[in-house]
Amino acid sequence: MLEALARYAFLQNAVLAVLLGSVACGTIGSLLFVNRMSGLSGGIAHAVFGGLGFALFAGIDPLAGAVGASILASLLLGFLFRGARSRSEAAIAAVWSIGMSMGLVFAAMAPGYRGDLMGYLFGSVLAVPAADLVLTVVVDAAALLFVTVFYRRILAISFDPEYAAARGMSAGALYTAFLVLTGLSVVVLMRSVGLVMVIALLTIPPATARLLTYRLPVMIPAACALSAAAGLGGLAASWSLDLPAGACIVLTSAAGFGLVSFASRVASAVRTRGRRTQTSPTAGARPA
Amino acid sequence: MSEEPVVRLRAVSFGYGPGRPALDRVDFEVAKGDYVAVIGPNGGGKTTLLKVILGLRKPWSGSVEVFGGPPGKARSRIGYVPQWTGLNLDFPVTALDVVMMGLPPGLRGAAGRRRALAAMEELGVASLASNHAGSLSGGQRQKVFVARALAGSPELLLLDEPAASVDQAGQGGLYELLERLSATITIILVTHDVGAVAGSVRSIACLNGRLVSHAETLGTEALWKAYGCPVDPISHGTPHRVLGTHGGGCDA
Repeated sequence: MLEALARYAFLQNAVLAVLLGSVACGTIGSLLFVNRMSGLSGGIAHAVFGGLGFALFAGIDPLAGAVGASILASLLLGFLFRGARSRSEAAIAAVWSIGMSMGLVFAAMAPGYRGDLMGYLFGSVLAVPAADLVLTVVVDAAALLFVTVFYRRILAISFDPEYAAARGMSAGALYTAFLVLTGLSVVVLMRSVGLVMVIALLTIPPATARLLTYRLPVMIPAACALSAAAGLGGLAASWSLDLPAGACIVLTSAAGFGLVSFASRVASAVRTRGRRTQTSPTAGARPA
Repeated sequence: MSEEPVVRLRAVSFGYGPGRPALDRVDFEVAKGDYVAVIGPNGGGKTTLLKVILGLRKPWSGSVEVFGGPPGKARSRIGYVPQWTGLNLDFPVTALDVVMMGLPPGLRGAAGRRRALAAMEELGVASLASNHAGSLSGGQRQKVFVARALAGSPELLLLDEPAASVDQAGQGGLYELLERLSATITIILVTHDVGAVAGSVRSIACLNGRLVSHAETLGTEALWKAYGCPVDPISHGTPHRVLGTHGGGCDA
């Protein structure tokens, strides 16, 4: 694969796409995960499909349609989440299915060839255009700036919103900015794994990183690194075995989670057994 | 001329929906240096009272002044220990991170860390600084939350059931600390365990939607009015948690 990487620009773009995408995935995905809002990214992703269908129908740039739909869906879901969090699952399901339906209807009404929609649904990392990479860099920079500048505020509002409010920390603008960044992250990741599987990429690496640490400042870079490793591993598997890249990336990520989860359970069992042995009054005694 | 009260509520009414208000025309004043225990049955408006003082709930009617101005302007001078129920215990945060959330906005870096650790030291939980907050016991967590409130060097401390989940020995230590702090900080303590603090607080407010009484001593009549049943806050010679076992429909 290394030889091909040196030769083909599209493969270099694909590697860049997964590496750059892993920054947005690790930062925004971690914040979604710790706030138990990962499902929201699935809703946004499927609403983006509606935006893509509309772009196809209206004859505008698909990226513009995706960005517009992602921002609209983020704000709508954010409003519904804040208003009645208990009904958030229903809101996500509604936005999810309405977005898909709109995408299909607009695509059916659009003139000419519509095959490219499948690339957005299931990913086409080997066909990432340069414009997408530029957008990814912008989203990465915005996500890193957001976390760095507002870290203390994000931590307080996420962990104990009532206390944060009592300290005069308003969640409103920060929450909106976070949702818009979530929507944009979905757009930049859709090329790598597709809209159907983007929720996996925003959930699995942060969940794996959470198994490794209980500190958010460590969890975020760990999630970025795990996402990058899964991206490169999945890409290599896809190239070698001639399999769909998006699916390979998600499955590699899931395999990483399985391995870390297993190792962490074994480590926990060993620690528990060690403590029991130390505290047991019969420790070291031979059975009669 | 008497000093301006730290907290002044005038005819404050507030509720969470139509029907019975959680606070009904409450007049409540707390002078500087006071240490007030707020008692009353469940649903009596104790937590709501704190939220109104903090400016987290806007009254339907009446006025609220904290340090002579609107509550929103006084937030940096208030320390708050909320009930911890409902928090996401899996959240990746250490005990020290939690305490640092209470630091004044301008205090960062090593100085902020030192202040947070000093507050933890005062509560005897400095050794837990690098532990995951979710792995702490209920009592340890509550102490961490008190340390978070103290990290901001407050002039007014509001505590909502701080001794919940703290064992008997821990409760004693916590109330001793509050008594010590009350020499320099005005304290409003919401509690069910009035027996445990009766000897150290300077006044007791009895709340059941309306402010039944607010005085240095607690009369049986006020308790009857608040709880709707005969309650002895210091019964059997031990600090007594008010429970619904007194009959007469009491559900405190």
